[in-house]
Amino acid sequence: MDAFLHQIFSGLANGCIYGSVALALVMIYQATHHINFAQGEMATFSTFIAWALINSGWPYWAAFFATVAISFVAGVLVQRIILRPVEKAPVLTNVIVFIGLLVIFNSLAGWIFEHTIKSFPSPFAQKGMLATSIFSAHELGSALVMLCVLLALYAFFKFTPVGLAMRAAAQNPDSARLVGIRVSWMLAVGWGLAAAIGAVAGMMVAPVVYLDPNMMGGILLYGFAAALLGGIDNPGGAVLGGFIVGVLENLLGAYVIGTELKLSVALVMIVGILTLKPNGLFGKHVVTRV
Amino acid sequence: MNKNTKIVLSVLLVVGLLVLPFLFKNYRVFQFNLVVIYAIAVLGLNMLTGFNGQISLGHGAFYAVGAYTAAVLMDKAGMPYWATLPFAGVVCFGFGFLMGFPALRLGGHYLALATYAFALAVPQLLKYKHIEGWTGGVQGIVLSKPEPPFSFRFLDQPLSADRWLYFFSLAVAALMFLLAWNLLRGRIGRALIAIRDHPIAATAMGVNLPVFKSMAFGVSAAFTGVAGALGAICVAFVSPDSFTVLLSITLLVGVVVGGLASIPGAIFGAAFIQFIPNIADEISKSAPWAIYGAVLIGLMYLMPSGVMGLLRTIAAKLRPAKAAASTRG
Repeated sequence: MDAFLHQIFSGLANGCIYGSVALALVMIYQATHHINFAQGEMATFSTFIAWALINSGWPYWAAFFATVAISFVAGVLVQRIILRPVEKAPVLTNVIVFIGLLVIFNSLAGWIFEHTIKSFPSPFAQKGMLATSIFSAHELGSALVMLCVLLALYAFFKFTPVGLAMRAAAQNPDSARLVGIRVSWMLAVGWGLAAAIGAVAGMMVAPVVYLDPNMMGGILLYGFAAALLGGIDNPGGAVLGGFIVGVLENLLGAYVIGTELKLSVALVMIVGILTLKPNGLFGKHVVTRV
Repeated sequence: MNKNTKIVLSVLLVVGLLVLPFLFKNYRVFQFNLVVIYAIAVLGLNMLTGFNGQISLGHGAFYAVGAYTAAVLMDKAGMPYWATLPFAGVVCFGFGFLMGFPALRLGGHYLALATYAFALAVPQLLKYKHIEGWTGGVQGIVLSKPEPPFSFRFLDQPLSADRWLYFFSLAVAALMFLLAWNLLRGRIGRALIAIRDHPIAATAMGVNLPVFKSMAFGVSAAFTGVAGALGAICVAFVSPDSFTVLLSITLLVGVVVGGLASIPGAIFGAAFIQFIPNIADEISKSAPWAIYGAVLIGLMYLMPSGVMGLLRTIAAKLRPAKAAASTRG
């Protein structure tokens, strides 16, 4: 029973990570209707920045917040410089640009920080007060951090003027522009937020899977599955989808098919959701007019 | 260009291609061989993405399936290398057709996503321990390079295994390009392009959307699978880790560089993805990929129709000047 509970809890902890990657994807999807294939590599790159800061003697939390800030700025810059010119271009162009970004971030991470696998510190002491028999300190700690991020985001969108403006820009860009919202900048802020969330997810997952340039490949895939399961235009659904996917992944891995086919599970989930229930569990049903 | 110059040029091209392997060392010939093979794979992807507008980030997976089909048939069933190609094509057609079904319901980004997941999952599937008896697991399968069926010397160089394989792949590639050209220049090609540009209008014109789209997926996968089989024969080794998602991205780079919806563009794209990494490798291990990324984004801004688009623009600029000159003179 203990083992089973442990599987569930570590599934929930993973689910937090998947949920936040999914949330980052949803943020960009809501605003631009694009799926950001580079999300994982951007997060990995941010994690490398944190690693470099910690290695040069910064205390963990200072490096943590500095990385989040740097990622936010970098996300805004990527949107302003690289994606704005192709905002209205066809889907194929956008996918190719995203793939280009993915490749660039991946190779830069390898180029600057080398391909060796690095260990990344966890801020939560292994034998600390958080550790119990069914989950480790890091699992609980990272889940708490992700929940804080979610709450902060919720408050940001619900209670601040900028959050309101961003929601308006995503929902109805034309009317938003008429009431004086700078829609294009709202997209850039959305990109910045997505990059920052990705950075947090990367830093939380790095102690578990170790840091190398391809760290986020599989995690991004689960993030996609989570986002699709919850409905790609629903932030709350994405987080819930993350939890479901995380628990499902752990239980299937432990009891049914073993760990070596994890990515195939994600593939089956993605194709299955897209074919059977393309709007996810909580997504809006979209009707297109001819 | 009149008819005679065209004939002279094509004869020169054929002679050049036939003499080429005897002018270089074996390793260079091996690289040319890979260019020819990549050209087939890029052509396959271009049929789907360029002509039919279905985005696939998973064609490396079909390449892998083709390669493994050939390797398993040669290694376990003792089949001669040339006989494995049709099998690889048929198997990949089957997989592609199956992939084409969910693709019917998925547009644009979603299809890219599903195929991307496919590309990520395939190396893991190939390592799966219950099929290890066939695929050799993580180790992969080591093959032996086929010996040339006859021997002669030309320009003081013998017909080595690599040179023989070069001619073999060249013949296969010629056949595949002819096939693609015949397929795409007529009614089927127009239907594919119509589906890409305006699916609703295409349906109204009587194009059977599901059939054409899933057939396009199947044929495209078959082309890439044949290329994969040739690749396995030529490299004489397959392993799961040579077919990562990066292979799929490489093929996409080839399509974009050569020019979307262009048949001859595949050759330029293939040459690019074969030789640019070799040159860039000298700077850093990661440099080829940084260059790929920059080229992908740069081309999308500056030259969305690739090398062939550029050539066409230049030709179009030259032609009126010539015509004007001839009327004056």
